[in-house]
Amino acid sequence: MASISSIWLKYSAPVTFYPLAGKLVPWFSIAAALLFSLGLSISFFVAPTDFQQGEAYRIIFIHVPAAWMSMFIYLVMASYCALGLAFNTRLSHMMASALAPTGAMFTFIALWTGSFWGKPMWGAWWVWDARLTSELILLFLYIGFISLQAAIDNPVRRDKAGAVFLLVGVVNIPIVYFSVQWWNTLHQGASVNMTTAPTMAQTMFAGMLIMAAACWMYSIAVSLVRVRQLILERECRSAWVTDILETLK
Amino acid sequence: MLQAIDLECVRGDHCLFSRLNLSLKNGDLLHVQGKNGCGKTSLLRILTGLLPPTSGKVLWDGVTINALGGEYKKTLSYIGHLNAQKDDLSALENLMVSSRISAAPVSSSEVGAALQRFGITAAAQLPFRVLSQGQKRRVALAKLLLSKATLWLLDEPFAALDSSASDLLRTIVGAHLAQNGIAVISSHRELDIPGGTLKRLALGL
Amino acid sequence: MRSVFFAVLARDLTLYLRRRSDILTALFFFAIITSLFAMGVGPEINKLRLIAPGVIWVAALLTSLLSLNRLFSSDCQDGTLEQFLLAPQSLSLLVLAKILAHWLVSGLPIILVAPALGLQFDLPAHSLWILVISLALGTPILGMVGAIGAALTLGLRGGNTLIALLVLPLYMPVLIFATSAVDASLSGQGVEAHLSLLAALLVFTLFFGPLAIAAALRVSQD
Repeated sequence: MASISSIWLKYSAPVTFYPLAGKLVPWFSIAAALLFSLGLSISFFVAPTDFQQGEAYRIIFIHVPAAWMSMFIYLVMASYCALGLAFNTRLSHMMASALAPTGAMFTFIALWTGSFWGKPMWGAWWVWDARLTSELILLFLYIGFISLQAAIDNPVRRDKAGAVFLLVGVVNIPIVYFSVQWWNTLHQGASVNMTTAPTMAQTMFAGMLIMAAACWMYSIAVSLVRVRQLILERECRSAWVTDILETLK
Repeated sequence: MLQAIDLECVRGDHCLFSRLNLSLKNGDLLHVQGKNGCGKTSLLRILTGLLPPTSGKVLWDGVTINALGGEYKKTLSYIGHLNAQKDDLSALENLMVSSRISAAPVSSSEVGAALQRFGITAAAQLPFRVLSQGQKRRVALAKLLLSKATLWLLDEPFAALDSSASDLLRTIVGAHLAQNGIAVISSHRELDIPGGTLKRLALGL
Repeated sequence: MRSVFFAVLARDLTLYLRRRSDILTALFFFAIITSLFAMGVGPEINKLRLIAPGVIWVAALLTSLLSLNRLFSSDCQDGTLEQFLLAPQSLSLLVLAKILAHWLVSGLPIILVAPALGLQFDLPAHSLWILVISLALGTPILGMVGAIGAALTLGLRGGNTLIALLVLPLYMPVLIFATSAVDASLSGQGVEAHLSLLAALLVFTLFFGPLAIAAALRVSQD
């Protein structure tokens, strides 16, 4: 137990994490590129045309992984924030900040592609379905987190205020989801139910999983790049950062 | 006993102080000196626990102040550069309510006596906002006469005070030290406080 | 412990009552928004009755935003917030007292005025009752969640707009449960389920809200 926590503490120190992240970035980028090419070729060329939805269904190869990532990244950020508040590790907060733009991007993609998919499927760009609405709230929460952090100059307060807001949000998402579903069943107007997806062919499912893995690799690579920037910004007074900056000159 | 070990304070990109150690026992007076912006206020706020230091710790009787929590807060009285009085309440109401919030309630006659000693009896019933700067500062300092705290942390208490009020404050702090109290006072002037053991800390050198 | 709670409550109520005009301004704002909706939708009374729960509730949400930025900022500016943070009692308790005082002068008047506005939209008597109950359960949640936003944005530039951005999405469940209750009463269905959900949300918020607010206030002092 002691060794695990000491390893954790070692890599949670920015000075050791910075070079480690630098080494990992190319690997994750390559993995992301390979998986994206594989996933996209499966989704566009290999996966069969759906007998009900025609070619339009292919947007789910982007939509579903993006929606997964949007929620997953929020949970990861919330866990980082909880860790940061509990153990006062700066790096956890930096990871949360580094993930936020990627999470917001995936949320936006999920909403956008969702409405593109919705138009041919249900004849409307937007339906007030529980998932779609929760996704919209999720986007607001991401934007709220990013704007809150942008408005605060003091790094300690920025980290902690962001963390409190994120944790309040993570409690709220299930409540929002439940309340919208509740609201939807009452108002019979929107009879669309997104949960009854058509039974998927195995290639479709494989394509989707590969795309999800690609998004995952991409998110890790991008957030590592971003967290390295944050570390340099935050630690600019410490000796090891000055050394790095010297070598860059 | 108040101890600070290896305190470091960084504001923005600027390191105000680092490796700061101090130890104060009963009857000690610490005079924190230095130019504007050298970290006097930050140091006092760190000692109250309002501001977490960038690194290092503050101990009260050998225990960190975070661990003590409310127990430590009971032993201290902090007067910052803001007067901490509501504009729409009178001096009397202000002192009554702040004593209740700091969990050491006092009677209105005690407050009246404290205000009288600071020479603001006439203004006691007026809304705080109509008082002059000097009168406002006197009301804020009258809190000390009602305080049962051992540790006084005063941030530039002499600002806006005239000579008679300054003398009174010196006497009050002196009496506090004589009763085994501890005081930390930031001021860019000499303190001239009777009694107690004077220690000096110059910041920003 | 109780004495500290009541000291803060009495202090804040005295301060609010010495600035009575603010309370009235908020009430007029509430009334004006609902009338604007009526103007925008047209005078057809059946349509108005249908949208009444949503309109009154959205107006209540917006009105609750008005006074939020002052909830902690005046205490922060004059230094009394520092003294709150240095109080030996738990900060959550003091925060709870402040929010109760704020609700008494901002939430309670809305509850009292809402039936009159409901009459303008031709809500039947029993729906007015449900509206009042939903507001009584819902406005404390708004105050509590709003206070989290106010504490997080304390002293920030553009704080006011930021509060709205942070807080409004979190208001959504309250809006849904409350308006569903009034809607159900309009269409003659049971309202208990909606109101119990709202009550559950209230209990949950009362329990966790003060902790989040206290945490946010502590970091605001950095």
